[in-house]
Amino acid sequence: MSTQSSRKAARLMLAPSVILLLVWMVVPLAVTIWFSFLRYNLLTPERSGFIGFTNYTNFVASPAFLLSIANTLILVVGVLLITVVLGILIALLIDQPLWGQGPVRILVISPFFIMPPVAALIWKNMFMNPTNGLFAEALKFAGLRPYDFLGKAPLASIILIVAWQWLPFATLILLTALQSMSSEQLEAAEMDGAPPLQRFRFIILPHLARAITVVILIQTIFLLGIFGEILVTTNGGPGNASTTLTYLIYKEALLGFNAGTAAAGGMVAVVLANIVAVFLMIAVGKNLDA
Amino acid sequence: MARAVSLRRKSINTAAAWTVALLLFFPILWTLLTSFKPEAQAVASPPRFLDFDWTLKNYRDVEAQRAYFRYFWNSVIIALGSTGLGLAVGIPAAWSMAFVPGRRTRDLLMWMLSTKMMPAVGVLVPIYLIFRDLGLLDSRIGLIIVVMLMNLPIIIWMLYTYFKEIPGEILEAARMDGATLGKEILYVLTPMAMPGIASTLLLNIILAWNEAFWTINLTVAGAAPLTKFITGFSSPQGLFYAKLSAASTMAIAPILILGWFSQKQLVRGLTFGAVK
Amino acid sequence: MGQITLSQVSKRFGDVEVIPPLDLSIEDGEFVVFVGPSGCGKSTLLRLIAGLEDVSGGHIRIDGRDMTGAPPAARGLAMVFQSYALYPHMTVRANITFPLRMAGMDRDERNRRVEAAAEVLNLTAYLDRRPGQLSGGQRQRVAIGRAIVREPAAFLFDEPLSNLDAALRVGMRLEISELHQRLATTMIYVTHDQVEAMTMADKIVVLQAGRIEQVGSPLDLYHRPLNRFVAGFIGSPRMNFIEGPEAARHGAHAIGIRPEHLAISAGGGDWRGTVRVTEHLGSDTFFHVHDTGLAEAITVRATGDGIPGPGDTVWLTPDMDRLHRFDAKGSRI
Repeated sequence: MSTQSSRKAARLMLAPSVILLLVWMVVPLAVTIWFSFLRYNLLTPERSGFIGFTNYTNFVASPAFLLSIANTLILVVGVLLITVVLGILIALLIDQPLWGQGPVRILVISPFFIMPPVAALIWKNMFMNPTNGLFAEALKFAGLRPYDFLGKAPLASIILIVAWQWLPFATLILLTALQSMSSEQLEAAEMDGAPPLQRFRFIILPHLARAITVVILIQTIFLLGIFGEILVTTNGGPGNASTTLTYLIYKEALLGFNAGTAAAGGMVAVVLANIVAVFLMIAVGKNLDA
Repeated sequence: MARAVSLRRKSINTAAAWTVALLLFFPILWTLLTSFKPEAQAVASPPRFLDFDWTLKNYRDVEAQRAYFRYFWNSVIIALGSTGLGLAVGIPAAWSMAFVPGRRTRDLLMWMLSTKMMPAVGVLVPIYLIFRDLGLLDSRIGLIIVVMLMNLPIIIWMLYTYFKEIPGEILEAARMDGATLGKEILYVLTPMAMPGIASTLLLNIILAWNEAFWTINLTVAGAAPLTKFITGFSSPQGLFYAKLSAASTMAIAPILILGWFSQKQLVRGLTFGAVK
Repeated sequence: MGQITLSQVSKRFGDVEVIPPLDLSIEDGEFVVFVGPSGCGKSTLLRLIAGLEDVSGGHIRIDGRDMTGAPPAARGLAMVFQSYALYPHMTVRANITFPLRMAGMDRDERNRRVEAAAEVLNLTAYLDRRPGQLSGGQRQRVAIGRAIVREPAAFLFDEPLSNLDAALRVGMRLEISELHQRLATTMIYVTHDQVEAMTMADKIVVLQAGRIEQVGSPLDLYHRPLNRFVAGFIGSPRMNFIEGPEAARHGAHAIGIRPEHLAISAGGGDWRGTVRVTEHLGSDTFFHVHDTGLAEAITVRATGDGIPGPGDTVWLTPDMDRLHRFDAKGSRI
């Protein structure tokens, strides 16, 4: 229903949200763009001046930058692979007839609700710690030497922690999609003599395609911004071994007080995020319309 | 499929599923158990699973640091405040997009979604400086606003999908019956959409409670919620596993329990309604 | 009370003009039916009168006052929606008193009116139930009750019977007609079912593509349709249309004759054909006659048990007084 009065009311009711989000997006972004062209260190604010693209070239040329891009990619792809593949398997498992599906779901979904710093600290101290951690105990029990997970394989360890946190999300989404599938299609396939593996490949998987796409899209958005886990475990180290692009910029800004460089880095992150978003939207669009 | 499944098959499924579930849940379980152990036994080698001297000392220690409850209280205020504010702004917005859609409504929704995709780190510097200059650093109000803005797209999207399920004719009937816009929303829309509004509330309280990036970077101690409190444990402080476990348990327990009840909302809210 | 006039009212959605400027006058106490095929704009017209949509042009006057820009609540009209639009979270009593609450009426007066309406509509036993616990017919009555208590200048019905099954529909049709007789309030009723239109209306407005094809009493439309569209729309089974040389013989581009105005005989008559299908209703029989050379098929209605069966050759004779003639543009000659 649309009358002039209801349309006026609608515009009024939309206004606060739109204005807030607009300001939230535009103002900081504009400042970031401005800063990125300045030489601006928070510790020496009086020495600031326009330096064109120097911040960008410095940032992009630094070895830390390329490493951070690589780390970010490895982190995101690693977590996506683990969560999607395991997510499908676990979802299939839970969907089978079994006793106690409710409690099983509750247990499986729990890691998602643990706040990132807590999750990371639990893993860092109680599992991965080479002296006291449970992994160390297990290795000692098997007669092997304890391994400094976070020290020697920082990125892999963080991938493990993040994957543990996000696996429930993927599982839950995929399980929901699985359960929304009508059983008739599967029954028809069974009557047609298709073995379980084929049924999975040709009926279940295509139906899940949409949910998988959504999982990948949503997770990528959140994974690009992973922060708390890195902060409390490796702080990006050793060196820059586990520094992602987000963390690199954070270090420049709040540890190096280098507002100019951080701003340039931030803009790079925004551009990259937009590129990723465009690709993802295309993929999502194709799958959602299908 | 309503066929009889062999008992054997069901048992295997059950065993497999419970194994996986317990494996995934184990870290949380271990933390809970460790929180009741004396520090020395928390790092015992070989590790003790259930046979240790159960004690509440760790909880008392954490409680004794009066600071803990300030952090806890901050988490509560930020979670409730940002979600409440988000609902206050989001309900009218979702109403107008669901019931008075225009040509640009779809685009508007997409744009709102896109604001969530902007990397927070890209605006860290300006927000930090703006907050500093406005005196909002380490303030609860500042955090409430930022967290609200982070979650607003999700809030509006969730409300929008729930509102769309309400037949527009019922609201028209209310208008014919003489209800003004305010009364229409108060007496008809809100009661009918209550489950949806509650779901949105639930999910966003959880997201706000766990928000780490802004709550850690924009606070020092005064307005810091539990996310920041826990970072204090990141450097080893001698024997502290049991205390860490107690602090962790207290930090995660409320949200964990809330989360158990909000599985459906999670799916709907975080997939922006794409998966039901 | 309840006199409604539409002057040059038009409606445009974007670039599409769904209702070109039209004029219509509805007298106080009339039962007016808007009828036409799907998409003809009848519901849109109703909503314009109700105030749920803005007009793109023209004026709407209710009892002499210009209500063109007035919101629905100010027009003094009550609407019964196709889906009933009951408030699911309120009891029947609360549903019916809702408009009275909005008007600020005090509780005693509200209860008085609710109980009176419930009495009339046989809802007294259900006042404390929720809509979810009622059957389709009961919900229908609650929707009507909600409209009645407002004592409006006119009632607006938007295809109220389409969601009911056939048996219920006939019963409710009678109830609504009785209601109209008792209340003597103007009623505007939208339907796509021409049987409802014929049986309930004082005045029928036939619409097609937003245009009024004809306004008149049911029997007017039956006996003197102004064009082919109205002729073919009113009456069931549909009027038979014949073009070509036979029509030319009667001085028209096309002639129309209703199934009930054709006599069928095995002996002799004007037109010859073969029976393809017979439909026996017990009270009537419909013959579908082919191979007449006049039209694809001609439908004939006869009372009682029809004797000719499929495959038989028959002769049809039209009642010349009831023959309709149309020119090439479809208007009545």
